[in-house]
Amino acid sequence: MKTDASAVKHVSKRDTKYVVKSKIKKYGISIARGLLLFGLCFMIIQPLIIRFSTSLMVESDLYDSTIVLLPRHVTLDNYKIVADLTNLPRSILNTLWTSLLVSVCQVIACTLVGYGFARYSFPLKKFWFACVVLLIIVPPQTIQTSLYVQFASFDLFGLIPALGGKPLNLRTSIVPYVLMSLTCMGLKDGLYIYMLRQYFKGIPKSLEEAAYVDGCSTMHTFLKIMLPDALPTIASCFLFSFVWQWTDLFYSRNFLSSYSIYSVQLSSIVSRMSRYFAQGSDVAVVVPNARQQQLIFVGVLICSVPLIILYIFTQRTFVESIAMSGSKE
Amino acid sequence: MSRKNKKYDRERWGLKESICTFIPGTKDFGTMRSRQARQGVAFILPFIIGFIFFMLTPMLNSIRMSFSTVVQNPGQGYSYTFIAFRNYQNALGVDPGFNKYLVEEISRMGVNAIATIVMSFVVAVILNQNFKGRTLARAIFFLPVILSSGVLAGIESQNEFYDMMAGMAEAVGKSSGVNISAALQDLLSVSGIGSGVFTVLFDMIDAIYDIVMASGIQIIVFLSGLQAISPSLYEAADVEGCTAWEAFWKITFPMVSPLLLVNTIYTIIDFFMKNDNRVMERINTVMYSQFDFGMASAMSWIYFGVAILFIGISAIIINRGVHYYED
Repeated sequence: MKTDASAVKHVSKRDTKYVVKSKIKKYGISIARGLLLFGLCFMIIQPLIIRFSTSLMVESDLYDSTIVLLPRHVTLDNYKIVADLTNLPRSILNTLWTSLLVSVCQVIACTLVGYGFARYSFPLKKFWFACVVLLIIVPPQTIQTSLYVQFASFDLFGLIPALGGKPLNLRTSIVPYVLMSLTCMGLKDGLYIYMLRQYFKGIPKSLEEAAYVDGCSTMHTFLKIMLPDALPTIASCFLFSFVWQWTDLFYSRNFLSSYSIYSVQLSSIVSRMSRYFAQGSDVAVVVPNARQQQLIFVGVLICSVPLIILYIFTQRTFVESIAMSGSKE
Repeated sequence: MSRKNKKYDRERWGLKESICTFIPGTKDFGTMRSRQARQGVAFILPFIIGFIFFMLTPMLNSIRMSFSTVVQNPGQGYSYTFIAFRNYQNALGVDPGFNKYLVEEISRMGVNAIATIVMSFVVAVILNQNFKGRTLARAIFFLPVILSSGVLAGIESQNEFYDMMAGMAEAVGKSSGVNISAALQDLLSVSGIGSGVFTVLFDMIDAIYDIVMASGIQIIVFLSGLQAISPSLYEAADVEGCTAWEAFWKITFPMVSPLLLVNTIYTIIDFFMKNDNRVMERINTVMYSQFDFGMASAMSWIYFGVAILFIGISAIIINRGVHYYED
């Protein structure tokens, strides 16, 4: 009995030493991890904080080297100036409805196409899927010149002249872009097709087969069984599409030039500043660089705050769909 | 093997059958299989139409443009004059800056792509561990996907002030030693060991902001791969006396390696399409300011060719080392 007890004591002593050692190791690792993560996260968040505080400063605060983060005189004038410069309520409303329209069109088209690729076998399927991959990797900039020409004199692929009409100049309307979105050729559509196909592939086939056996039609099966199941993925494709369309410059500049889109306004904000500050006088005003930078900060904030709010509420949807599409087939 | 053959048969379409599927009255038209095929084609029809009219046509047109001089006739559209490879020669030889930008951007991309992959993998491994505030950290790392897209990415670097400030910060850092990486670089380059390697390394460290901003999606993809690894593998390894380090290289890394390919391709494409890319800027200038459409197309095709080359090479290299896990 006695030997046993001493053995237990001995073991427990060794145990304590081991426990202490492993505890130190554990805490060491978690402190290092915490520091690293905090540093990286801070790096991502910091520009936002700086932009926000700079946006509230009076111009003289910018040149005061004693002011680092907190403004001495808080003002909202900068927001007013930027609102004037970017034609604000109009441009953001335009951005809102065009982004909504375009992303709805994109998601509808991509869902259908993704389902077709995931579930059906048809001639040339591999070829068409290779085309989807091509769509993902060809930068739209490669074809921008010829798209520009194509829509500048749009003849509906030779149909309009055949019917005796004249080619239309569609560059000033939203029609070409909606057409492109409805046919999966919009911004990053290849990616959405891929994501949705990946999801539909993961749904058990027996679900549909059961529906067919019970006499459900194809369309009915798709609408009543597959769609509700895929809703989270569709929602996240919609969110991505909306957000990317919101900040997009390339398509907006090429196709929506007549609508006063916020991102386009923002991209040319610097060139409009000197004219704005010279109002009422003929003397050209040179806007100091720091001031330009400050106003750009304000513009960027106005653009990104709605997105950040959207992101806070829908964070899960964003992240989970990406996690799913990454899984290899 | 037989299962695979059967599947192969199901997906296989002979020439005659494919044609008969779409012609009413033929023998194969009424079968279940061809009915299904027609439904499938109906589903992807939007894509087919779009691809032919808004992708293939412009692409062919753009190739044609790149081989000709494009002149805009007022009210008459455009006229093309064939000049063979002149545009390509001009883009690479005559144009000031294009080939310089191309080389610069590609070398920057090479370094940044590797750094992005490594960085996102490390972050994903860390985020996969259990600790407080994991969800928050995950959300923050994904934030750049939204905040560095489209117009938001390039707008600040376009400003002269930004360049000036960056130059000044560099000068200050060099003179006073405030800049830690510059000081370290000085120290290490004095010692004279592989200074080329150090230059690349310090460029990476200085570019860490760009790298973190570019790795949002990749982190999530790696994270999903990590979470798909069954814990029993680690348990078994632990029982066999495997250390954490060994488990990482023998289990974690091989299991996640297929995602390496997806992520590399995504990183390269993402980089090539960025707005703040100087090659892109140059192409835009040629197109919208000089209205030299032929030259702009030639430049785009050179750029695209380089991108494809890069993707191809990295796909081949990665595929060599990838381990595909079959259950």
